[in-house]
Amino acid sequence: MTEKYNMPDTRGHCGPYGGIFVAETLMPPIQELNAAYQRYMVDPEFIAELDADLKYYVGRPSPLYHAERWSRELGGAQIYLKREDLNHTGAHKINNTIGQALLAKRMGKTRIIAETGAGQHGVATATIAARLGLECVIYMGAVDVVRQSLNVYRMKLLGATVVAVESGSKTLKDALNEALRDWVTNVDNTFYIIGTVAGPHPYPAMVRDFQAIIGREAKQQCIEQAGRLPDALVACVGGGSNAIGLFYPFIDDASVAMYGVEAAGDGVETGRHSAPLCAGRPGVLHGNRTYLMEDDDGEIIETHSISAGLDYPGVGPEHAWLKDTGRAQYVNITDNEALEGFYALTRMEGIIPALESSHAMAYTMKLAPTMSKDKIIIVNLSGRGDKDMQTMAQREGIML
Amino acid sequence: MSRLTGKFAELAKTGRKALIPFITAGDPNPNFTLPMMHAMVAAGVDIIELGVPFSDPMADGPVIQRASERALAHKMSLRKVLALVGEFRKTDQQTPVVLMGYVNPIEAMGYENFANAAQQADVDGVLTVDLPPDEAENCVALLKAHSIDPIFLLAPNSIDERIKMMDAAGSGYLYYVSLKGVTGAGHLNTADVETKLKQIRANTKLPIAIGFGVKDAETAKTVANLGDGVVVGSALISKIEAHQDDLTTAQQQIVELLAAMRQAMDS
Repeated sequence: MTEKYNMPDTRGHCGPYGGIFVAETLMPPIQELNAAYQRYMVDPEFIAELDADLKYYVGRPSPLYHAERWSRELGGAQIYLKREDLNHTGAHKINNTIGQALLAKRMGKTRIIAETGAGQHGVATATIAARLGLECVIYMGAVDVVRQSLNVYRMKLLGATVVAVESGSKTLKDALNEALRDWVTNVDNTFYIIGTVAGPHPYPAMVRDFQAIIGREAKQQCIEQAGRLPDALVACVGGGSNAIGLFYPFIDDASVAMYGVEAAGDGVETGRHSAPLCAGRPGVLHGNRTYLMEDDDGEIIETHSISAGLDYPGVGPEHAWLKDTGRAQYVNITDNEALEGFYALTRMEGIIPALESSHAMAYTMKLAPTMSKDKIIIVNLSGRGDKDMQTMAQREGIML
Repeated sequence: MSRLTGKFAELAKTGRKALIPFITAGDPNPNFTLPMMHAMVAAGVDIIELGVPFSDPMADGPVIQRASERALAHKMSLRKVLALVGEFRKTDQQTPVVLMGYVNPIEAMGYENFANAAQQADVDGVLTVDLPPDEAENCVALLKAHSIDPIFLLAPNSIDERIKMMDAAGSGYLYYVSLKGVTGAGHLNTADVETKLKQIRANTKLPIAIGFGVKDAETAKTVANLGDGVVVGSALISKIEAHQDDLTTAQQQIVELLAAMRQAMDS
């Protein structure tokens, strides 16, 4: 690659994807946010404060761990896990919420809202809101409130108000709709912390920039430990924030293959899945143009996945671009395969992954044996499985 | 001259203001909408805004969200809404019809296919809530080439630069959303609207329809004094929702409310 990658353009476009597709009332706050983002992302004081928080509050850098036993067992490439599961609150989500919350503080906003699917982003947002003393309201689909009750309790403990969203399919996309409605109503004092690389520009780029610390650290750590760049990156993709966070610093390194793993639910061929990049088509939802799961009339269809965090009909617009250009490949893993990944990592390495991250583990189990032992795969272990104990126990017929 | 431009010019001559009802096509079922449209015209409305249901109506409050869900449960779609307008035109060639909805159904159909089909159905205007002029270049050009007015929204927080942008991209009229929030919410503040309208008028000569927060004859009259048209939506849809099992009553109550608004606005 001779030209340096520099997506998106100033209007938030990655080719035909991205952009700002919102009602007029949201235009002024989005422009205000964009101005603040442009200003503070290069402000040494802001960066210093963010770095200090990431180090002392989140516990960064997160380790890059060589899963030797699992690599040996699979008999192929050496697998390195980027341990985002060890972050405060248990997932990569906090990298972004801290960044946006510090931005909110500088913009003089006193109220924070967020949407959440699995509850990890909600917990990360409630956490930082508690620390900064900001009012916090979390929107969560009513279905997710039930299947992630532990995280609902955590958010409430942290002082957040959790609103169960009863409209539409009562999952992540409806939580996002409701958060947008709140924002449009309370634009003067409210900052909307979007948890993934979705929404109108500048959100996808901003969330990516806050998550890119994952890839920057991983690159440096891989060079330190193995003396060279990895051969492949693997990360699960719902909205795609942990994946873009890992991928972004490697985009110009042409020798590094990238695999985004979507949730195939019951199987892509059944139609009951959450894999828009593998089986959807371009459209406009939640402020940007990207691949969507929709019917012939352009109505968004219900998604299915064992993991609430991947249960979303869209995907970050930059992933749509990376797919079309062929820079990254997007594959999919079914619920059952994800469970195999879950058990494999748990029993082989003593690390219990989140069901979302288990999709990346399951794909790694397919990929590693196809590569020779001197190759290196970095897999993003984006979150830990504590939140999924209820779901897993239930599947095994155990009452906790 | 487009039907919409003609309508506002005709109203201006007699010093009257446009009464613009909004209902969601296919709510509560597809058979209700066509006779309702004709009944609204008989009640004295000037322009009809027909909502195209969408699965994720991000800018709408609960009343219009539920209307969308009822319509979608009956498989209402953009194509069927266009067919409905075609039916309406068989007996009414005068009343302008504006489609209002979200951009994704249009994306799915393709902008060019949509512009062709909308012209075929004799649609007068298209208002796409989540397609600001910044992203609408292609769409606006196609609509104008097919003699359809692209209608854009203005908000209480719109600055001069945005108003000028809407003025350049839009035609027919501009729709001023009188409060920050979703459809069907809160009460509008007359003084605020008045101040804002002065700023808007300074930046555009297009007629201004005002919506969000118009609930009864009294608010309709107040708003009519400020703008060139009054949009009423959630107040009508609430009646459909309340009388889903007795649609004759729903239609009758909508007609009565619109007739009362008409009378108040003209007095």
